[in-house]
Amino acid sequence: MSDDFNKKRRNFLKSTAALGVAGMAPTVFVRNAWAQDFVNNPGKAAAITLGFNVPQTGPYADEGADELRAFKLAVKHLNGEGDGGMLNTMKPMALQGNGILGKKVNYVTGDTQTKSDAARASAKRMIEKDGALMISGGSSSGVAVAVQSLCHEAGVMFMAGLTHSNDTTGKDKRKYGFRHFFNAYMSGQSLAPVLGERYGTDRKAYHLTADYTWGWTQEESIKNATEGLGWQTVETVRTPLGAGDFSQYITPVLDSGADVLILNHYGKDMVNSLTQAVQFGLRDKQVNGKDFQIVVPLFSRLMAQGAGENIKGILGSTNWNWALQDAASQAFVKSFGQEYGFPPSQAAHTCYVQTLLYANAVETAGTFYPCEVISALEDFQFDGLGNGPTLYRGADHQCFKPVLVVEGNDNPSNQFDLLKVVKQVPTEQVMYDPSIFGGELGSCK
Amino acid sequence: MFSLSRNDRLLMLGFTAVVLLAPLWLQPFGAGYPDLLQKFAIFGLFAIGYNILFGLTGYLSFGHAAFLGVGSYTAVWSFKLLSLNVIPAVILATLLAGLFAVVIGFLSLRRSGIYFAILTLAFAQMSYKLAYSVLTPITNGETGLRVLRDDPRIIDNMLGTAHDGSPIGSLFGIGMQGYPAFYFSAVMLILGFYLSVLIFRSPFGLKLRAIKSNQSRMQYTGYNTRPYLLWAFVISGMYAGMAGSLLAVTDPLAGAERMQWTASGEVVLMTILGGTGTLLGPIIGAALIKYSENIFSAFNESALHEAFSFLPGFIENFLVTIVHPFVGEGWHLTLGALFMIIVIFLPGGLMDGLSRIARRWRARKHGSDEADSSQVED
Repeated sequence: MSDDFNKKRRNFLKSTAALGVAGMAPTVFVRNAWAQDFVNNPGKAAAITLGFNVPQTGPYADEGADELRAFKLAVKHLNGEGDGGMLNTMKPMALQGNGILGKKVNYVTGDTQTKSDAARASAKRMIEKDGALMISGGSSSGVAVAVQSLCHEAGVMFMAGLTHSNDTTGKDKRKYGFRHFFNAYMSGQSLAPVLGERYGTDRKAYHLTADYTWGWTQEESIKNATEGLGWQTVETVRTPLGAGDFSQYITPVLDSGADVLILNHYGKDMVNSLTQAVQFGLRDKQVNGKDFQIVVPLFSRLMAQGAGENIKGILGSTNWNWALQDAASQAFVKSFGQEYGFPPSQAAHTCYVQTLLYANAVETAGTFYPCEVISALEDFQFDGLGNGPTLYRGADHQCFKPVLVVEGNDNPSNQFDLLKVVKQVPTEQVMYDPSIFGGELGSCK
Repeated sequence: MFSLSRNDRLLMLGFTAVVLLAPLWLQPFGAGYPDLLQKFAIFGLFAIGYNILFGLTGYLSFGHAAFLGVGSYTAVWSFKLLSLNVIPAVILATLLAGLFAVVIGFLSLRRSGIYFAILTLAFAQMSYKLAYSVLTPITNGETGLRVLRDDPRIIDNMLGTAHDGSPIGSLFGIGMQGYPAFYFSAVMLILGFYLSVLIFRSPFGLKLRAIKSNQSRMQYTGYNTRPYLLWAFVISGMYAGMAGSLLAVTDPLAGAERMQWTASGEVVLMTILGGTGTLLGPIIGAALIKYSENIFSAFNESALHEAFSFLPGFIENFLVTIVHPFVGEGWHLTLGALFMIIVIFLPGGLMDGLSRIARRWRARKHGSDEADSSQVED
């Protein structure tokens, strides 16, 4: 570290020697020196750096911790250590287990605090100080959208981690940003038919929604999908992120005449609102002659763990589940389990896969130059990363793959067996025209 | 009134040199990169302004982040509606924050001490909650307000200077990112510092100090103290607004979390840590807090292992276990410990420590008789 550091220091001293006391004028030169080839070009360096920007504090901290574990595991596998995980199952694959393009992979971490400001500051630190070639992470769509546009302006790749808002690859999509995770639209399309089968087509829904980009687009998507079934939407109520206590929002639900409560919450918010809804006895009630139901459109095992008994029988959708039986999922669960002693969450899975996809694209392109890496990722078709055949659509940088509809397990066989897969919804059913969300990718610099 | 004493001229000169050369001398500390330098300058400005209220009058405001937020939102709206040029953004933000401060100050300054602190805290939390939910059409709630490519930007379009590239702030064509953005903030910091030196040395500053030492006595001598207090409050609010606009200039995004009570508390910490009522203290405090936030929080376990890797295995692991809780996600612990140490042993903040060292050094040089007569340090 100190060698590298000294070298950087000397380079810096040289490049800013002209600065002197003159003030602002010389900064123009520094800028031009920066714009040559591409940002953080590793040149002949023996190692490269990736930046993992995750929430270590705030309502999504549990997801962040699991994402970080997955990133570390991915780096290990890329460097040829450990059992290789999904490097053994991915195809087509160009990686050789000797780093990326023969360069050892290092990483730096940062705390987004689930705040856009802090996330951008920490991403900037990674780009400007640590020389990161790619930033990944997330766990809040607000943060992902903010960091994605920052990376685009800086000319650095952003491989989104957990972000489920339609906007990330919809109206806020960017040339330098890519998302493997599914989105709210796909949740709606996959979940609605199952909801219709289970609860009938004559229902009245009440939405509680986290008040930011993700909540807004999820509410919209689920509302459209369920109204397509014939459901009515009684009311949609916005709740602040990280509210902690949701009782004031839950009390009016029963008086509203609704018989389904849809919770567009995630992370600790979800744990709290679901727990309180169950404690208030919503699920034991009968409304309009039907059993009252609660739906959680975006489900994850970490949340199920937090909500305990309360998740039994509750339907939701998820990007990936560790109980999947395909070879790739099993390989990932095995190496994650050996490393940390418990199975990975969907957040961990998507972050691990994103890192591998970036590395593979660089290896295929033969260069770290972002424009080439972007071309290698656009319309890339792959398999063996745990979701079946997947397409990285070039038009909006969104992945398309089967979506899982899950249900809280009534009789878990162990403490991690919390969600059971009800249905694997095929890709065609969740595909959509990229133009429906607007936005434009912009161009590569 | 714009002439400074010889000492103050030296102070200004030294300060200017230190700030402009920051990219060079901060490099060995790992802090010589644009984003952190920008933060130093911006929060330094924020703390200088805060110190004019808290340091001079002793009125402890717990709500100054509200002005920071107002400044940010105004600047972003100026980018969206008027022009990407940063000059109108900074001016509008400073003025609007000042206006906002007149209202809040007028109401809060009817009380003093803890009641004043609570009132300002209440107003700031109210602004935060409003920005977070009720005012979503203006603030875009939790997602944060961003500059988009298809915003109207009336002035730019009229002058034909609109460009299709990324929407970042610019100073007549110089993109406000990286070092240019730092130098822009640095110039603002130096101007702000100059103004605060003037205020400290002026009769107005003296009146503020008189309020701090004994407000009743001052009232008995025939002064109505409230206008002076309100001016101090408004000036510090304008500083905060300008700092907020600079945050938006260096990164065109404004979020409600900038107004949260923790952000207000941060500037109090900065001022106390550096030295309340001193000229340089708040800036040093601001730099120290931003440094630890960015640098300590970045040390993860593998970085620690690397740092201690020259030691034998078991000592390495032992040291990593000891140090780990204080860095990475535990950086608040380091800050807390540091804060305790300083408040216990150096009640006047870091500047107190520096002046003690200076005094002892002088005493050794000139004999002990001068030891307690040197109170010029500030």
